[in-house]
Amino acid sequence: MAVLETFYDVMRRQGITRRSFVKYCSLTAAALGLGPEFVPQIAHAMETKPRTPVLWLHGLECTCCSESFIRAAHPLVKDVILSMISLDYDDTLMASAGHQAEAILDEVMEKYHGNYILAVEGNPPLNEDGMYCIIGGKPFVEQLKRVASGAKAIISWGSCASYGCVQAARPNPTQATPVHKVILDKPIIKVPGCPPIAEVMTGVITYMQTFDRLPELDRQGRPKMFYSQRIHDKCYRRPHFDAGQYVEAFDDEGARKGYCLYKVGCKGPTTYNACSTVRWNDGVSFPIQSGHGCIGCSEDGFWDKGSWYARLQDVSGFGIEASADKVGLVAAGAVGAGLAAHAAISALSRVRYKGDDAQ
Amino acid sequence: MSAPDSAILTDGDLKGTNLDGLKARPLRARRLTTVYVYEAPVRLWHWMTAASIVVLAVTGYLIGSPPPSLSGEASSHFQMGWIRYLHFAAAWIFAVGFGGRVAWAFMGNVYARELFFIPFWKLEYWKELLDEVLVYAFVKKHAKTVVGHNALARTALFFCFTLTGLFMIVTGFALYSDGTGIDSWEGRVFGWVMPWLGGNLSTHFLHHWGMWVIILFVMIHVYTVSREDIMSRQSLISAMTNGYRTFRDDRPD
Ligand code: HEM
Ligand code: HEM
Ligand code: SF4
Ligand code: SF4
Repeated sequence: MAVLETFYDVMRRQGITRRSFVKYCSLTAAALGLGPEFVPQIAHAMETKPRTPVLWLHGLECTCCSESFIRAAHPLVKDVILSMISLDYDDTLMASAGHQAEAILDEVMEKYHGNYILAVEGNPPLNEDGMYCIIGGKPFVEQLKRVASGAKAIISWGSCASYGCVQAARPNPTQATPVHKVILDKPIIKVPGCPPIAEVMTGVITYMQTFDRLPELDRQGRPKMFYSQRIHDKCYRRPHFDAGQYVEAFDDEGARKGYCLYKVGCKGPTTYNACSTVRWNDGVSFPIQSGHGCIGCSEDGFWDKGSWYARLQDVSGFGIEASADKVGLVAAGAVGAGLAAHAAISALSRVRYKGDDAQ
Repeated sequence: MSAPDSAILTDGDLKGTNLDGLKARPLRARRLTTVYVYEAPVRLWHWMTAASIVVLAVTGYLIGSPPPSLSGEASSHFQMGWIRYLHFAAAWIFAVGFGGRVAWAFMGNVYARELFFIPFWKLEYWKELLDEVLVYAFVKKHAKTVVGHNALARTALFFCFTLTGLFMIVTGFALYSDGTGIDSWEGRVFGWVMPWLGGNLSTHFLHHWGMWVIILFVMIHVYTVSREDIMSRQSLISAMTNGYRTFRDDRPD
């Protein structure tokens, strides 16, 4: 077996200075919420551990995850991470193409068998034997299964790979299927979002590269460090929620004053993601900050859970759509009327009947 | 039990009362059979639960559809905060009460158990159920006398109260773990609930629907206990206030 390079070797070869390397280690520690005492530990690991290659596959997708990823806020982080992974296989980012690219894939799979990380963006459609997504002349699902078989762990980028997202929305004609329902025998880390935040993506990949283990996951398989709180828990409009101050319509006084967007359908209270703390585009803003409610893009099945401008889903039946409260009130009215009628008939029948008490 | 006529009071029955020495016959007073049915913990629990459900339904509705926005500084109000606080406080009372009531099913009398299952395999149960339905459809005049819950009441209580109430507790604590975090005890104990029900938003949705099931149940419950109290062969409301159920006749059917 060839001598395996360390991360540090790779970085130096990519023209990253020692100084930048140390800086990168402290940035990483900070991003992962670790104290400064971890910096030497990270540096040591990167200098001595053989580099873990990352293979990045693309299925049915819009490439927004890649777009997000290459916009990681800190240029240093971006450089380092890209140098660590673009070497291997990512058919939208890498220089080579066609047969040459597929050859690299085979080479890495063989050389690092059982040691590489597979990152999946998008998902495989299973209908018609997977013919709705063809990579290099073959259904994507075949490539996915083949590459997954030698992977140490799998990262499901974005809501597509994690949950199915828009291509799996009802009625899901291509039967787009999230990765964990196709690959059953590998540890899978879900990094949902449409797309996920760049810093979250780089944070996850850096953690795995430096510590050589999976980050701690929640019950659904999401890294706890980024997905253990809701948008609502750290939203800067939360004081207005607690006070009872809401935007009632997008052009009202409350909207101008920056009140809470709960009544116009904000899904912050049901969405686990880091937007309200990390924000987007180098921390510039996030949807709620620009006046629109969260649409819950990092939650399972968010396309199929009703309007983005209503809190709860309507129920439909007999061609009518109505909210739970409307149906409930109508039902309560009907039951009330029924009880009143029943009471009236009961009273009448009692008048006619001379009960046992009268004997 | 004796035939109805023998329940008419005799002169001897008045001995020792303030009517001692009077003739009993013209009083036309009858002796009624009374049974102690619901023990004090059940009664206390019933009214506590009723009160907590009223608070839960009102605050729950307001969590779903908050009142019109307040003006002024956010720091001078805590309206939604209080609504949620009341919901959670009442939720704790309801949930702890429910747990206590389960425990009492093991410690209390035989009627304390009726709330938690229906005797599905007993033919008698289905006959009584049909009888009650016929009474409510004005086909029959009277059903059998019952000491605990009648079969129809028991069925409604089991599905619309016991199971729905349990569902509200389970989904409620799962939603509560959104606030306390996945590593809190709520998160660890009830963390399976939301993925199982199709996610966080769906859990809100079903918790909200559960409220309407309970509201409809309470409307019907209050109507039927009042109606039965007036029209049936036994008293109802006293059974839930002082524990005693009185039978208006002792006919054996
Ligand atoms: C939110 C409101 C209420 C709820 C959730 C509720 C629930 C219940 C439950 C669960 C039982 C069964 C008790 C057991 O077996 O341990 C019960 C029985 C009873 N409740 Fe209520 N209740 C409510 C309101 C009321 C009100 C307002 C009244 C009075 C008018 C009432 C009168 C009774 C009576 C008389 C019984 C005994 C029924 C029987 O003997 O079969 N309840 N209720
Ligand atoms: C019979 C009992 C109950 C009723 C009728 C009830 C009703 C409701 C309703 C209607 C909502 C609003 C749902 C929405 O539109 O999103 C709600 C929310 C909630 N309920 Fe309950 N609930 C009950 C019991 C409980 C219990 C036992 C708990 C346990 C802690 C609980 C915890 C919650 C929580 C955490 C929320 C979400 C609050 C938020 O989003 O800020 N509920 N409840
Ligand atoms: S805007 Fe949305 S996330 Fe922010 S406090 Fe209101 S409901 Fe919660
Ligand atoms: S605020 Fe909500 S909808 Fe917007 S990106 Fe974040 S999780 Fe997605």
